[in-house]
Amino acid sequence: MTQYAHPEVLVNTSWTAEHAHDNNVRVVEVDVDTKAYDEGHVPGAIAWAWNTQLCDTTVRDILPKSQFEKLMTDSGIANDTTVVLYGDSNNWFAAWAFWQMKIYGHNDVRIMDGGRKKWLSEQRDMETTSAQAHPAAAPYKASDPDLSLRAFLPQVQAASKAGNVVMIDVRSPQEFTGEILAPPGLPETCQRGGHIPGAHNVPWGKACNDDGTFKSLDELKQLYGGSGVTGAEPVIAYCRIGERSSHTWFVLKYLLGIDKVTNYDGSWTEWGNLVGAPVEKGSAKGAQA
Amino acid sequence: MKPEDYSERTVEVDGWPVHLVTYRLEGKYHCKADNVSPGANLARIVADTREEAEDKALARAKELLGRTRRHPVQ
Repeated sequence: MTQYAHPEVLVNTSWTAEHAHDNNVRVVEVDVDTKAYDEGHVPGAIAWAWNTQLCDTTVRDILPKSQFEKLMTDSGIANDTTVVLYGDSNNWFAAWAFWQMKIYGHNDVRIMDGGRKKWLSEQRDMETTSAQAHPAAAPYKASDPDLSLRAFLPQVQAASKAGNVVMIDVRSPQEFTGEILAPPGLPETCQRGGHIPGAHNVPWGKACNDDGTFKSLDELKQLYGGSGVTGAEPVIAYCRIGERSSHTWFVLKYLLGIDKVTNYDGSWTEWGNLVGAPVEKGSAKGAQA
Repeated sequence: MKPEDYSERTVEVDGWPVHLVTYRLEGKYHCKADNVSPGANLARIVADTREEAEDKALARAKELLGRTRRHPVQ
């Protein structure tokens, strides 16, 4: 881990096992499959559901600041708590939570490298009882949202037109080309298939090893460098609804140390449903199959 | 408790790769099927035996993947 630009944002499973019950540490499981936590989880961990607790359930948006503060307080998280996030599918939604915590300025948030998969495969202790989150003694105070971490539609439209930003589409190659309109087996959620003109395709999962841990710095440099990510130009990552791309955002910003990288969480469910939006189909230059 | 008898493998269902993870927790077998590249969950089954859990997970995955439409790209 020490080769990464910000190795302090990763902990391994051994560290988590040792520190999960420390007073200043709160371990949180965030899964794609929100039922996974109930079958067994890291002892002492609490769970957040991405589809009800990590988004605004009325307006399509991330958590509003006040709701974020309430979630933190209710979860027993103070401003100086070390938060360790982990989850299934190589920490996909753990990264989504990490991104929001950074938007609201939480200083010490980390990801357990390898996530739930590695914990299970190492046959580590699990428990089924839900850990009790004692609300923090003082209400959590979030910073104003750091929008330098987030891209909105007008910025993406301008970037696509100007070609001065590296656009990374992290969906599967079949979604990128327009062959399918959603991940296999899931409902179609857009009117048109394809990708934003000029985007490169680097599927998010390529950043991980078979055991769920992140690839080495050299491997990541090679993976993203092949699509023009060098740090010289800003990067926008997107997917279908913004979660897979939060994983790539994490890799680019914290492991590779790319300063100007944003997550376009409107992603293809916004662009692919937009009247008049230009769409490119098929493989693009630099696409990674 | 500890997960035991952990295994994972990738199989093809209707032309799509499906990743199966199976393990035993407190006497029951848990099997999760997901679509490989995006990693989205297709099925989670709990059963008495590994075979039963995996068969049911694959059946559910097959049902969902059968609804996926392929579109022309040119």
